[in-house]
Amino acid sequence: MRLEPRASTAPWLNVAAPLGAALLALLICALPLALAGADVPEAYRLMLAGSVGTRFALTETLTRAAPLILTGLAAAIAFRARLWNIGAEGQLYLGALAAVAVGTGFVPVPGFLLLPLVVVAGALAGALWMLGPAWLRLRFGVDEVVTTLLSNFIVLLFVGMMLEGPLQDPMSLGWPQSAPILDEASLPKLVERTRLHFGLVLALAAAILTWLGIQRTRFGFELRAVGANPDAARFAGIAERRVMLKVALFSGAMAGLAGVGEVAGLKGYLTQDLSPGYGYAGIVVATLAQLGPVSVVASAIFIAGVFVGADSMSRAIGVSSYIANLIVATALLTMLLAGLVTRYRIRR
Amino acid sequence: MTTSRDEPPLLRLRGITKRFGGLVANDGIDLDLARGEILALLGENGAGKTTLMSILFGHYVADAGTIEVTGADGAAHQLPPGSARAALAAGIGMVHQHFTLAMNHSVLDNVILGTEPLWAWRQDLGAARARLAALIESTGLAVPMDARVGSLSIGEQQRVELLKALYRSAKVLILDEPTAVLTPQQSALLFTTLRRLAQGGLGIVFISHKLEEVMSLAHRVAVLRHGRKVLEVAATGTDKARLAHAMVDRPVELPKALPQPAGAPALELLGVGVAPAAGVEPLVDVDLTVHAGEIVGIAGVSGNGQRSLAGLVAGTLLPDRGSLRLAGAPWPTGGPKALIAEGVGRIPEDRHRQGVVGDMTIWENLALEGYDAPDCRRFGLLDLARFRRRAQALRERYDIRGGGSETPARLLSGGNMQKLILARVLEPGPRLILAAQPTRGLDIGALAEVHRHLLDARARGAAILLISEDLDELMQLADRVAVLYRGKLGPARPRAGLELARLGLEMAGQGPAAADAA
Repeated sequence: MRLEPRASTAPWLNVAAPLGAALLALLICALPLALAGADVPEAYRLMLAGSVGTRFALTETLTRAAPLILTGLAAAIAFRARLWNIGAEGQLYLGALAAVAVGTGFVPVPGFLLLPLVVVAGALAGALWMLGPAWLRLRFGVDEVVTTLLSNFIVLLFVGMMLEGPLQDPMSLGWPQSAPILDEASLPKLVERTRLHFGLVLALAAAILTWLGIQRTRFGFELRAVGANPDAARFAGIAERRVMLKVALFSGAMAGLAGVGEVAGLKGYLTQDLSPGYGYAGIVVATLAQLGPVSVVASAIFIAGVFVGADSMSRAIGVSSYIANLIVATALLTMLLAGLVTRYRIRR
Repeated sequence: MTTSRDEPPLLRLRGITKRFGGLVANDGIDLDLARGEILALLGENGAGKTTLMSILFGHYVADAGTIEVTGADGAAHQLPPGSARAALAAGIGMVHQHFTLAMNHSVLDNVILGTEPLWAWRQDLGAARARLAALIESTGLAVPMDARVGSLSIGEQQRVELLKALYRSAKVLILDEPTAVLTPQQSALLFTTLRRLAQGGLGIVFISHKLEEVMSLAHRVAVLRHGRKVLEVAATGTDKARLAHAMVDRPVELPKALPQPAGAPALELLGVGVAPAAGVEPLVDVDLTVHAGEIVGIAGVSGNGQRSLAGLVAGTLLPDRGSLRLAGAPWPTGGPKALIAEGVGRIPEDRHRQGVVGDMTIWENLALEGYDAPDCRRFGLLDLARFRRRAQALRERYDIRGGGSETPARLLSGGNMQKLILARVLEPGPRLILAAQPTRGLDIGALAEVHRHLLDARARGAAILLISEDLDELMQLADRVAVLYRGKLGPARPRAGLELARLGLEMAGQGPAAADAA
């Protein structure tokens, strides 16, 4: 068996390949499910029902998808420009921290300005945090994988410090958590009596704007050229460094927004376990989406659905919900395979 | 030829067919090679030469067809498909266009690489050394055995490649465009060696698209076109015109430069120096003037400063000493964008690396230098419809084939890729054009078109700096030619009084340019 590059890829294959990859992942994960003693079709039926089967399940999935869309965008746009931002988790927490600092009345502002300010502050905090790694990369060639990854831990410790210091809720009885965000600073609910909030709209708008930005603006054109062939872009006179810097800021802002949504839309206050690794999961989301801003939405909803569905299935038949991690990890591998199939044909 | 007719051929290809998707790269090709024979494989780019040889060498598996090699026992053995190891074992040696050498190892190490067991208590270097010495002695392929390959000249590196194949007792030697990187003198030397090797019984397949070489070296010529063998003749029984016609299936007329008076200076280099640095070829005290309506050719073997000279005019490099002037005014220092705005068109040396963004579409690549013009936006967003319309028009005007506007540029053939770059560079009507190796690797049809476009630009008054390794090209196009050797540029002399052989010597450092350097 050998691989030969395809001259062109049929459009249907670009759609079918990811779907096939998701199905194949579920098929492969039937084995561990069976080993865990579950009735496989029943387990998958419960997962489906638990993720999209009811109105409540659907809103839960979408609630979970909102931060994943944003961190997915953070990774996708950065990776497109070959800027390897692994620091979305930290940027998310900084965004949340800024949202809390502004949204709890720490900074006095009139009420109607509060929510927009919370959103802007969160995005700005994430963006500015990328300045350091971006500068080190562009000025000294320091590998941003290392700097962004390590800066995550700095942020987490800093958040811990703030939560046990200036931002600690005096009513929290010593727990390291922030004061609750004021009502005027909270993102409104989208559906009554569910957890689904306006953060999803924010995420979808960000995805559409990102798509528009990449496809239809000068910056997007430059970004794609720099990402696909930095030498040719430089030869054509595109200011590679400026593009990279803008990409870094945009990427950080997206991750910061994810943090805003989580505190101002969902939790209402900041703790050190705000994110179950949404920042890192964003890399998976972006990779599954093959770095396309619109497919990031689909991929985020898929991953969120797998996690929410697996939780529900696990409650019903007692299979550990770790199966969700297994499915997502397998999907990542099958997706790589799908990418291979779209670009190469397999011959004997 | 030294073989008798009854002897079985050394190599016998039958019905070799290979498809890539809808493209038939090889279509039922039959080919024989006898002992002691030099067979030239001629064809345009994309005719299927390299595919055929890759199948022979086991890089690709043919969809149909067989390869037989005559073994030491005199019987024909079928070569198992898809195994480079089997091809090597059967005595097939290949010298790729881009060398496959370990640059930081010695000549000896490179030659014996792969012939010695990987895990052994001690290597028997003594025997290998003696064998290589004997081989160098008998073939005349002189190279210092213990020198680091990276420190050798291109010509010497090629000899190492030949030695590598011969060391493995190759019976069939395949050379893929071996003269592309050589000066005329080095080529002549190579041909002498190849003739001697053939007299010793080696079968040689020589891939080329240069007709002169083929006529002077080969015993037999096979011409491929669109994956088919369209002609197979003895070299003595044919002429260049017939071969050219078979290659392209249409009469090719190389455009001629009509004499015209030169205008005002468009590009001036005044005592320009570039200091050597990592990846930067030095230039020493270069003076040069290119006038409007004039083509000035820079001859020389790559690596003598061409890249820096091109970088200066392309706006990717600034001089350490001296100055440049554009049409009598100070040189714009704002990089490529500033130069483009001032009417400088730049054709880069490396199409794939600098000329196009392979993963972007043809229309995007056509817009790569003009995407940020204010008239290309509507409501702040790029006016894609306008880009596509323009691409459509340019594709027709410059005859860019091999896909629609939405096709990724990486799928274009070399010739069409170069036409895309020409369309992008020439369309705004630049007054100064840098053409760095504009026809490198192109077939005769595409070459003629590139020449025509450059001459058209000259006719409308553009100044052109043509950097080329191809002396024939310089002699056809350039009004004046200067030789670049080790960073020093000789005087630009009118083409009329120049001889090819003299230029060749100067490119090798023997002549006025070198005398200046001493």
